[in-house]
Amino acid sequence: MSIVAEPTLPSVGEPTLRPPSNLWRDAARRFSKNKLAVGALIVLVLLILAAIFADVISPARYDFSVLAEANQFPNSAHLLGTDTVGRDFLSRLIYGARVSLTVGFSVQLIALLIGLPLGIIAGMFGGWPDYVIMRGVEVLTSVPIWLFALFLISVWRSSDSAPGGGMINVIVAIGLVSWVDICRLTRAQLLTLREKEFVLAATAIGAKPLHIALHHLLPNALTPLIVAVTLGVPTAIFTEAGLSFLGFGINDPLPSWGKMVADSSSYIRVYWHLGLFPTLMIAVTMLAFSFVGDGLRDALDPHLKT
Amino acid sequence: MVRYLIGRIIGLIIVLLIVSILAFLLMHSVPGGPFDEEKSPLPPAAKANILAKYGLDKPLHEQYLLYMANAIRGDFGISFQSPTETVIDLIARAWPVSIQLGGLAILLAFSTGLICGIVAAVKQNTWIDYVVTFISTLGITVPSFVIAIWLLLIFSVQLGWFPTGGWPAGGEDWNTMVLPVITLALGPSALVARYTRSSMVEVIRSEYIRTARAKGLSTNLVIMRHALKNALIPLITILAPQIPNLITGTIFVEVIFRVPGLGKFFVSSIYLRDYPMIMATMLLVAFLWSITYLLSDILYTVVDPRIRLQA
Repeated sequence: MSIVAEPTLPSVGEPTLRPPSNLWRDAARRFSKNKLAVGALIVLVLLILAAIFADVISPARYDFSVLAEANQFPNSAHLLGTDTVGRDFLSRLIYGARVSLTVGFSVQLIALLIGLPLGIIAGMFGGWPDYVIMRGVEVLTSVPIWLFALFLISVWRSSDSAPGGGMINVIVAIGLVSWVDICRLTRAQLLTLREKEFVLAATAIGAKPLHIALHHLLPNALTPLIVAVTLGVPTAIFTEAGLSFLGFGINDPLPSWGKMVADSSSYIRVYWHLGLFPTLMIAVTMLAFSFVGDGLRDALDPHLKT
Repeated sequence: MVRYLIGRIIGLIIVLLIVSILAFLLMHSVPGGPFDEEKSPLPPAAKANILAKYGLDKPLHEQYLLYMANAIRGDFGISFQSPTETVIDLIARAWPVSIQLGGLAILLAFSTGLICGIVAAVKQNTWIDYVVTFISTLGITVPSFVIAIWLLLIFSVQLGWFPTGGWPAGGEDWNTMVLPVITLALGPSALVARYTRSSMVEVIRSEYIRTARAKGLSTNLVIMRHALKNALIPLITILAPQIPNLITGTIFVEVIFRVPGLGKFFVSSIYLRDYPMIMATMLLVAFLWSITYLLSDILYTVVDPRIRLQA
């Protein structure tokens, strides 16, 4: 008879119960306590908004040049001055955010599209596919990745005139060499998770390997992947800036922070503003992404759960 | 151990072969070669002669085999950008500059990084710790060419202490070396500081340190003799890749400060499509990286005998 009375039990312990929660709500709670990460996230959101609404908020077009107003220091008409051909520097920095963020996110998308399937194949099936994929990973890690990207771009750009100011070339080149980390991470995650009991249970009721990989393993590997992608964005932005700095990235008139730094280095003795502002933008963006990434890692890691 | 090493060396050779084939195919997939007549028209016979001289008229696989056969004997051909020199001569001229720059940067990075990391760990959660953590975050996240511009703006333009570029090997004053070395050292030194700190913090909490303190050893002795030794092990993995990176010349630093090293020649090779120079540099870098990874794995077993290498 006592079984019938059971539904009334929760009301006894109710005042002490923790409100229902899940991984994402917990993570959001932990993330919001991390002041540095929240500040960085605000900076990132502002940057993204600036990139999206660049046409609305920037005072001029990025390619609008008035030669008579060249080389001006910051003043009331041009808040951050003008560059060597008289383009408003603030506008170029804002459009530069669009270029950098587009490259950063697109590269990570390509890296996911290549790295995830390869990582799943290597981690799930082992054997010769694993061997081949891991040798490919080794080849790409045997040389600094941006050296490979530099090499790819130098090959492509001589074969035709680069469309879109070279942006597509840059994205594809960096994407093609950036999947290694995601692939390695996915593989390592699957190798550990594969040995867990719930996989054995799934196998016992007749689930196919691909079904297990996609429905049981990948969701468990999701949080480290999110962190890896977040931290991969600044790496891609850095690589783009570096390539553009060396003259193998985005082409004029499209603005790229890295290219603006390179252009400034010949005039640095006089026109300090040309070097200072784009380097500040790069530094702020990189720091913001890595703080958000670190914050996400701390927030999503259940081992730190209190 | 021997079986493991043989396996690794075979893997290394495979990687180098793939790198060489990839680089070779990609370079030759480019329409247009180093002797195209955009600027100076050549008679067809003269052009054929030049192509034959450099072996560019043969089928691709023959060119590759010929190249590799020569490369194994140490002959990487003649650099297109400086036709009076072989590639080996050019590398022999440029590399010592990069090694000098990188070597100084490594020394500076390791010494400052270690000291800062130890101090930050010992003075955990004081302002010293926070300053070290802040600077090392900056050093790890911000690209070297950004740091270079900041240093130039402060120390060359504002204060006028150091020149904006050059190198003693180019006949210039020794003080040209200061800014490039600092720029190059900042990233790795930040990395060393961060890992030394976290690894020291972990070691300091362990029981044998408590025992050492309990038997009455002074703090300095405990730190130097007991904590540091064990805290250094994880550093090997962090540092190993930095070494080939630094001695092959960080391209950005060499370009900004006009240092006539390997990195600067690599960039000009790519501009000028100097195939032999690009190939040789790529192979050199790939070789150095792979061999450093291998050596760091072996070093691991020497430092920590509990770790065993398995095939």
